[in-house]
Amino acid sequence: MHAEPIGFKAKAQAAFAGLESEPGVRKPDPILVVDKVVRRFGGLTAVDVDHVEIQRGSITALIGPNGAGKTTFFNQLTGFDTADAGEWTFNGARLNGVPAHKVARRGMVRTFQLTKALSKLTVLENMRLGAQGQKGENFFRAFVQSIWRGQEDAITERAEQLLERFKLDKKRDDFAGSLSGGQRKLLEMARALMVEPELVMLDEPMAGVNPALTQSLLGHVKDLRDQGMTVLFVEHDMDMVRDISDWVIVMAQGAVIAEGPPDTIMSDSRVIDAYLGAHHDAPLSQEEAELQLQAAEAELEEEAGIEHAEPTEPNEPAEPAEPAAASEEKKEASA
Amino acid sequence: MDWLTILVTTVEAAVGVETVVYALAALGVNIQFGYSGLLNFGQAAFLGVAGYGLAVIVSTFGLPFWLGIVVGLASVVVFAFLLGVPTLKLRADYLAIVTIAAAEIVRLIFRSVAFKDVFGGSDGRRAFSGTFYDMNPFPPGQYGIGPFGFSERVLWVLVLGWFLVGISCLAIYLLMKSPWGRVLKAIREDEDAVRSLGKNVFSYKMQALILGGVVGCFGGFVYALAFASVQPDVFGTELTFYAYTIVILGGAARVFGPVLGASIFWVLLVLVGNTLSEAVSAGYITFMTTTQVGPVRFMLVGLGLILLLVFRPQGIFGDKREIALDAR
Amino acid sequence: MRRAVIAFTAFLGGLIILLSAGAANAWAEGEGLRGTLTFQGQPVNGVKITVTTESGAPVGEATSDAKGAWEVPVPATGKYTVKLDASTLPPNAAVRGGNLTRTPSVFEGNVSTVLFALVAADGAAQPGEEPEASAESRWWTRVAQLTFEGFNLGLIIALAAMGLSLIFGTTGLTNFAHGELVTLGAVFTFFFSSVVGLPVILAGVVAVVMGGAFGYLQDRYFWGVLRGRGTGLIGMMIISIGVALFLRYAILFFFGPQSLPYNEYAGQPGIDVGPITAAPKNFIAMGIELTVLIVAGLALLKTRTGKAARAVADNPALAASSGINVDRVIRIIWTAGGAVAALAGVMLGLSQNVQYQMGQDMLLLIFAGVTLGGLGTAFGALVGALVVGLFIQLSTLWVPPELKSLGALAVLIIVLLLRPQGILGRRERIG
Repeated sequence: MHAEPIGFKAKAQAAFAGLESEPGVRKPDPILVVDKVVRRFGGLTAVDVDHVEIQRGSITALIGPNGAGKTTFFNQLTGFDTADAGEWTFNGARLNGVPAHKVARRGMVRTFQLTKALSKLTVLENMRLGAQGQKGENFFRAFVQSIWRGQEDAITERAEQLLERFKLDKKRDDFAGSLSGGQRKLLEMARALMVEPELVMLDEPMAGVNPALTQSLLGHVKDLRDQGMTVLFVEHDMDMVRDISDWVIVMAQGAVIAEGPPDTIMSDSRVIDAYLGAHHDAPLSQEEAELQLQAAEAELEEEAGIEHAEPTEPNEPAEPAEPAAASEEKKEASA
Repeated sequence: MDWLTILVTTVEAAVGVETVVYALAALGVNIQFGYSGLLNFGQAAFLGVAGYGLAVIVSTFGLPFWLGIVVGLASVVVFAFLLGVPTLKLRADYLAIVTIAAAEIVRLIFRSVAFKDVFGGSDGRRAFSGTFYDMNPFPPGQYGIGPFGFSERVLWVLVLGWFLVGISCLAIYLLMKSPWGRVLKAIREDEDAVRSLGKNVFSYKMQALILGGVVGCFGGFVYALAFASVQPDVFGTELTFYAYTIVILGGAARVFGPVLGASIFWVLLVLVGNTLSEAVSAGYITFMTTTQVGPVRFMLVGLGLILLLVFRPQGIFGDKREIALDAR
Repeated sequence: MRRAVIAFTAFLGGLIILLSAGAANAWAEGEGLRGTLTFQGQPVNGVKITVTTESGAPVGEATSDAKGAWEVPVPATGKYTVKLDASTLPPNAAVRGGNLTRTPSVFEGNVSTVLFALVAADGAAQPGEEPEASAESRWWTRVAQLTFEGFNLGLIIALAAMGLSLIFGTTGLTNFAHGELVTLGAVFTFFFSSVVGLPVILAGVVAVVMGGAFGYLQDRYFWGVLRGRGTGLIGMMIISIGVALFLRYAILFFFGPQSLPYNEYAGQPGIDVGPITAAPKNFIAMGIELTVLIVAGLALLKTRTGKAARAVADNPALAASSGINVDRVIRIIWTAGGAVAALAGVMLGLSQNVQYQMGQDMLLLIFAGVTLGGLGTAFGALVGALVVGLFIQLSTLWVPPELKSLGALAVLIIVLLLRPQGILGRRERIG
């Protein structure tokens, strides 16, 4: 395990050698295998993924234009939303229908696009919360401090080590609400590590982060892989993806349209179509303009750092019938 | 104006039966709303179910007192469970509406003619507190200092009531500084985050609902025994609203907040009520009658609740950084 | 929203069919006992009925009129003993079975019907077939009557619910003080008619205007200011409880604890339309309610302000970024919501006595309607309110009338269990 730093990336990428750049390609050692997951909102199919595998010990990026269904897909996999159909396994065990908290206990932990730092708890309390199997979290044992005191001290020690690694140790007694947007992202990632996961799923870890912090965040993501964890992360920005990922999965309109190594996937014509497709050769329909407005507005909200505001779901507008029509129009336009 | 009477009733209100009943109801609300962010607006029903559980067992079926207490407690746990299963997955505002509706259902059943044989209709139930007063260790007489004092019956109720308040506060203190309490406070902030960290949010909310209900139901027992009767309309939505006022007055998510809040609430209510009545009957206030004093007191409760939330949402003893009022 | 419109249209269609078929009096004022005596198809005049309490204390007497009808008001709910004086019966008639006493229960706000079946004195039974057939047709008459009453109640709930739902949609406020806006409508009408001396209709108009003004002022000087301060939604919800307590007891202070009817239209006799019996005021009230709801619906669908209101309810931030003046829209909604809630109160006062808790008693039904439809949707509230109204009245076919609200509240819980976002509501995004 403790080879020279360059070894990790090379080793991770070696696993992908010789794989075809096709959607649903089989991986040599998948930790997560997804089959035929479908999620519909009214008339709109938000997610329709036929087959996808995530290679163990790698950093896999999930990219796609706004409204491609990435977050919805994340929600299905982690049990935060129920899929209409489909099956997926984690370490060979079926995971569909398993509630969110049990997904986390099995070692698959996620973060959120809009950070969910628990702002009225201190940074240290946030961290302690992540630890699993706490005796003091049982109602009856909670009354007797001597039962859980020892475990609590061990948890605190581990939390402090992590905080130090994420350079949050000076903030340990501050309320999480007083942290900056980037620090919250760091805290959320550190807290996820308290669960001791095998697979870390990061939903837009860079969104709303001050550029100065981006590099350090990227470094932390690489560290996760170097410590033997598997990382799956959602991102819009292709440049960032190219830098750290070993493998890239591209989604558009709910489906996986391409997969491949980061260097070649960017030149894939299907990916370019998905990102630029309808938008640069056809005028915007009214519905598309509306969707874009909603997306822009969601970003604005993020920038303003409104934690409690309900984000607009680009996949799930008020009238499901209309976006379906819009996507049909898109298909026509690109045909 | 009879200032002595005003003084005596006011001081007695600080520790009186109403204060105990509302302190217990508010302690329960504080567990649910203050610590866990659950907007349970059905707290009155928990008090009602406990009081009626005891009353029905003893006075309708003629069974022993202690069985009544056990049945009352068990009914509260069952009621909390039944209420929680459909509602705890709902958003905060829906939860508030559904719990208030459930509490009204309970009250309507208690007062219905159809179940009059069991619950006694709108007259309620009496004659079930004999065993309780037989256990009274205080010999008959008046106990107190100077003009302040209680009869042996009231004293017995108060001693037991404040004992229950103390026990509840101790339990809440121990629980809220444990990891269990940490999970509750985290759920108040963002339950999806807690779920993503492998905690069974539903189970914790249910535990909070049941615990809050059980603490509140002690208030139902105290009320039923102190007044030796239960009537359905005592357990209406306003009881719940006053309990919330008390929690916010004392400071949400503070162990002793509801207790101090209840004392202050009743002291103010009694002081304002008695002073106004005296002033009206002495002819100092002419624009209203003594029967209009009651409404004025509760107008002031409403006004006080508004002003508190607008200007000091953390209450008297709360920490502004730690209350759940700005969330959904 | 399209589904909402379809559902709305369907309900309106159903309503119009029902109206043309005929219609009835909603819920009665006060408790009482009544009955109709017929013998061989003819009403029986001059039969003496005596009512006592269970313990034998006298309550009242009545004599059947030319239509065979008698009625005795009673002071409270409970069980009563009703005795028929056999000596006042026509000589050839007798009560079937020979038992001259009945012990009916009277429920809150209801007049219970007491049956004395009269048969020929020689004991010859009436034709065996007929009672059964008439029982079935009577059941259907009751269904028709209750459906009508359900719509009547549902329309009043809908008036209040629309404003509540739109206020929630645009500001996020779950307004517990909305019931008091309804009470104010009735109390203002009472004040301007019985105290000032205006005709009730004019007093009602004034009450609606004042309700609108009160809504405007509330937003201008209270809720709008709180929104500006960034008060949290749960904070605002609890503040609204404070407002509700304050208003309720202010009304109690000025109006007193009594329960009083308007000085006109109070004891209007019912007329029969098809299978339904109702006072003419109910038909007119329903017409007005329907008109207002249709106008409000059209305004939401067709006018610029209405579209803006729906846009703000859908997504305030987006609406603001597309150039809609959100504050102005919210103020208009508060004004209109206050006026329409007051109208609901005016109408409620026609079928009930005016009383300081009348709005509070209705608040949960309004919430039930709004929640059933999905919080924040205007048309959902309408559909939900009508469902609640119908359900409450029709459930009395099987449950005692005192428990009729219970069924509606239970349905609310069950619907939310299956569809946590309400019938027409939208799910929230996670993550």
